[in-house]
Amino acid sequence: MGLTATMTSSARSGPWIGRSPERVEDAALLTGNGRFIDDLGVRPGTLHAAILRSPHAHADILTIDTAAARAAPGVAAVVIGPDVKALTASLVVGVKAPVECWPIAVDRVRYVGEPVAVVVASDRYKAEDALDLIEVRYAPRPSVIDPLAAIAADAPILHDGFPHNVASDRRFRYGDPEAAFAAASHRIAIDIVYPRNSCTPIETYGVVAEYSVSDDAYDILANFQGPFSIHAVISRALKLPGNRVRLRTPPDSGGSFGVKQGVFPYIVLIAAAARIAGRPVKWIEDRLEHLCASSSATNRATTLAAAVDDEGRVLALDWDQVEDCGAHLRAPEPATLYRMHGNLTGAYDIRHMSVRNRVIVTNKTPTGLNRGFGGPQVYFALERLMQRIAVELDIDPLDVIRRNLVPGNAFPYRTASGALLDSGDYAETIELGAREGGLDELKARRAAARAEGRLYGIGYTAVVEPSVSNMGYLSTVLTPAERRRAGPKNGAQATATVSIDPVGAVSVHVASVPQGQGHRTVLAQVIADVFGVAPQDVRVNTEIDTAKDAWSIASGNYSSRFAAAVAGTAKLAADRIAVRLRRIAASHLNVEASEVAFGNGKVFSRDNPDNAMPFARLAALSHWSPGSLPDAAGQTIRETVFWTPEQLAAPDDADRINSSLCHGFIFDICGVEIDRATGEVRIDRYVTAHDCGTILHPGMVDGQIRGGFGQGFGAALLEEFAYGADGSFLTGTFADYLLPTSTELPEPVIVHMQTPSPFTPLGAKGVGEGNCMSTPVCIANAVADALGEKNIVLPLVPARIRALIAGEEPPAPVGGMTAPRAKKPGGRGLEGEGSADVGAPPQAVWDMLLDPATLQAVIPGCHGVEKISDTHFRAEVTLGIGPVKGRYRAEVKLFDLDAPRAVTLSGTADGALGYGAGEGRITLTPRDDGGTTVSYTYDAEIGGKVASIGGRLLDGAARVIIGQFFAALARHAGGGAPAAGAAGGLSGWLRRLFGGAR
Amino acid sequence: MPRLSAAQRHPVRFRLNGEAVEGIAEPRMLLADFIRHELGRTGTHVGCEHGVCGACTVSIDGTMARSCLTLAAQVEGCEVRTVEGLAPEPGRLSVLQAAFRRHHALQCGFCTAGILMSLDVYLRAHPAPTEPEIREVLSGHLCRCTGYAPIVRAAMDAAAELSLSTRQEDVRYV
Ligand code: FES
Ligand code: FES
Repeated sequence: MGLTATMTSSARSGPWIGRSPERVEDAALLTGNGRFIDDLGVRPGTLHAAILRSPHAHADILTIDTAAARAAPGVAAVVIGPDVKALTASLVVGVKAPVECWPIAVDRVRYVGEPVAVVVASDRYKAEDALDLIEVRYAPRPSVIDPLAAIAADAPILHDGFPHNVASDRRFRYGDPEAAFAAASHRIAIDIVYPRNSCTPIETYGVVAEYSVSDDAYDILANFQGPFSIHAVISRALKLPGNRVRLRTPPDSGGSFGVKQGVFPYIVLIAAAARIAGRPVKWIEDRLEHLCASSSATNRATTLAAAVDDEGRVLALDWDQVEDCGAHLRAPEPATLYRMHGNLTGAYDIRHMSVRNRVIVTNKTPTGLNRGFGGPQVYFALERLMQRIAVELDIDPLDVIRRNLVPGNAFPYRTASGALLDSGDYAETIELGAREGGLDELKARRAAARAEGRLYGIGYTAVVEPSVSNMGYLSTVLTPAERRRAGPKNGAQATATVSIDPVGAVSVHVASVPQGQGHRTVLAQVIADVFGVAPQDVRVNTEIDTAKDAWSIASGNYSSRFAAAVAGTAKLAADRIAVRLRRIAASHLNVEASEVAFGNGKVFSRDNPDNAMPFARLAALSHWSPGSLPDAAGQTIRETVFWTPEQLAAPDDADRINSSLCHGFIFDICGVEIDRATGEVRIDRYVTAHDCGTILHPGMVDGQIRGGFGQGFGAALLEEFAYGADGSFLTGTFADYLLPTSTELPEPVIVHMQTPSPFTPLGAKGVGEGNCMSTPVCIANAVADALGEKNIVLPLVPARIRALIAGEEPPAPVGGMTAPRAKKPGGRGLEGEGSADVGAPPQAVWDMLLDPATLQAVIPGCHGVEKISDTHFRAEVTLGIGPVKGRYRAEVKLFDLDAPRAVTLSGTADGALGYGAGEGRITLTPRDDGGTTVSYTYDAEIGGKVASIGGRLLDGAARVIIGQFFAALARHAGGGAPAAGAAGGLSGWLRRLFGGAR
Repeated sequence: MPRLSAAQRHPVRFRLNGEAVEGIAEPRMLLADFIRHELGRTGTHVGCEHGVCGACTVSIDGTMARSCLTLAAQVEGCEVRTVEGLAPEPGRLSVLQAAFRRHHALQCGFCTAGILMSLDVYLRAHPAPTEPEIREVLSGHLCRCTGYAPIVRAAMDAAAELSLSTRQEDVRYV
């Protein structure tokens, strides 16, 4: 099998667009020759960075002692907040408020994982060693995690410039919603809590930065994805004009899905570190850092009400959205909330609407771009509401959808809040999806399953998928008066350059920064069609270098803009050259320019194809013989086109905004069966019907749909960034934050319809994000149907489903003294109790428990016990919990001493890997055999890295460690054994986590 | 196994894709880092460093292994294969690699090397796999782009082609 993808001209008939040639990207990726950021060499002398991060959700930084770290082998610099503050300006905050946003904590941490110090050393291992030597003293503050709690009167405040933690509070009114609600026969409402999740690319962030003193300029390589409006944010933060901040991207990027927009604070941070170190610095994020502190989709609390008539027609909507952007409002937030603003009526013809949008900060990771961007949150509310309307009015849910659709003859259709829906026939797509997806058969299966008493449900969603964002939509967060002051923002500049070299070979460059979407292949198809050459003869470069390439703020890979905007712009650039080539060919072939055609690598007369010349020869003339070209033909060497659609206007004074250029349509059907015993949701069939306009490469379109479906499936059933009540981050590994694997992810049935967009050069619309919007709520609607339940909260993990089926789980039976009590809900607090028999009388055991020498001998991993007073001990211990082994300093105080019967211990532990605080009570009961039964209960709170990545193991580990303690105590006392069961399933847990196959 | 000192760098020698290789490593150096950054074979990727994503999978003495959970020093004297060793010769793809390309079984390609290695090891021992078996093998890998279905199809297709092909050996092996 040859390496060149099979795109030969011999087999072709008709255009390349619309076919699925093999990708030009794949040969390199399949043979290990991809060029991802960590695969590229760096300049000799490049240093490596590691980042110390906050274990607290909210705390003041009292002191940071970096002396030991600075003295460690290989360390070149240790950078902390004030160092960065001295060299940079605050990152731009997305709303007008007296609030600062730094890429590293300055004086205060506001989320677990916030950078606190950067060590720069000769290699990454040494940099990480030195992190352990940095001592930070924190004074914890109360934290707030839930967005609704954050706006309560007594909530802890994150930023003084955001009173009540509210960064923005805007109300909108379109049509006459009050009158519609007053007149409607029904008001149907739903409350939604949409969780936090992320599309977690398998490649993490990477940055290599260098500062040149002589040029006063930065040169930065990062797997950033755009939008390049962020370049302005970066250069402003680095206090230099944009032409002194050169930003480049590597040839390959290992997935992004929006997430790698969030690398930009690290670009600023590593650039500052490089300037301080005086050497190039490289940083590759690790997975814990990525899960806990890179970026995330927003979580959102929504109340949505509809005014509905007796037929289920929606007359008006009333939105109240409380958007949680985490601890800082980083650019481009609050864009997640406003991206859908023109589309808040979804696929429906609803003329009246009121909206209240609040943007909230909480002690969680700051949010950013994430595939679907605002769509999952909006459609979860809207499509759950449509399902509720059906249930409450006893109408078939699909009929409720049908009765409200924008009619097929209404396009282009202006929504109440200003979007211009470009094209489509929604009713037709629904009929197609229902027919080809076998809806009747699914209904029969549901009837059969229910007749047997099984739990089976069907869900539907109808979703408008916006693509090609208007760079002005975010200014809807400002009032019209503020917008007038700030100046207009709108449009979506796409750029493409087509060039022809002296041997007539064609190259294309675009600023689209793909992360696996196959842009190079599609562009080769598009350009091959224009010039009549084979795609493999067209070379495409999609890297970006802001110092040399054509780019603008809209450049990058987001809002599904490639097919609709970038590919079309490349075609426009090629068309311009083709017009000139025709004119030149006309003079060589002695025909009219309109007679000239391109095909099979030749330029020929349409009427007489034998009258021809090779394309390459014609194309090269501009280099070799410009003087012989006909007058005014112009050069055919290089053409750059900037294209922005006129439909993307700035928001008007009534806050109407055409937030996106294109609007695809998706209709999904999902059949689920739920296992009553386990609560597991099994997808019986998932049908997704798409109208994304003209399809350029069917194989890739289906690839985008399957990939988006997989992420939507994960969001529905598995994924959530979980936080403890105190703000501890609980899902720091892929064993805690579960992604779908091949054994549970089904393949959707994909159905296509193509209604070209009248607004894009190729008629194409975006398709990459739709299933992230439609799938979570479609699965939720199916589960709601199966269970007859209103309150559906994602992710629908088995425990949650079981609670819906059977009420809360009964507490685990207390089979013996060592059985742990149920954990506190939502926390990574530990509680437990147990007992052990020791072969010594109570007084002897009591003396041992209060004797430092004995304690040192029996505490697992103990390096020493220091007796501060009779009731105060200090100990140094090394504990391994799951993958994290570290040294902790523990302080233990004794209370309520009742010698030799009982004592209460209270203590704290602190170390590089986390912190803990707890209390326990030990009771000594004499036994008939002269020994003692030692019973204990404990209750502890754990935070920091150990909670993020060892969370699942904490209970088991605590039991093991306590078991070891009593075993050692028993040995020390000469006999007896701890009660069985303590070590339980830990080895099983470890095997599952680290035993290779998952 | 020789006793290694944590404070020192030690030579590590093994065979990589049939070729003798040697480098110097601290005892704590991960095999993934060693292969990538000391030996310069960057086709093996690191996605999690805690054994779940499978991107770093290589073959050690014919068994699939996580190179992020293996120390370089552990493969002293072993036969290690990575994605760079799959193609029969430069400019050609193996049957499995070609099936991946045909079925669009990769998008960003970051997970792909590990998946190819697991499938390569598995198909050698199980030339006629069922789809559930392939899905079981793939469950040790995370792919965020493809939804797995095209990977499953590529693996099944490659298995069928390999079992038909008498050229199996010269197409697949280095
Ligand atoms: S990097 Fe080794 S399993 Fe993820
Ligand atoms: S192809 Fe991107 S993660 Fe698998």
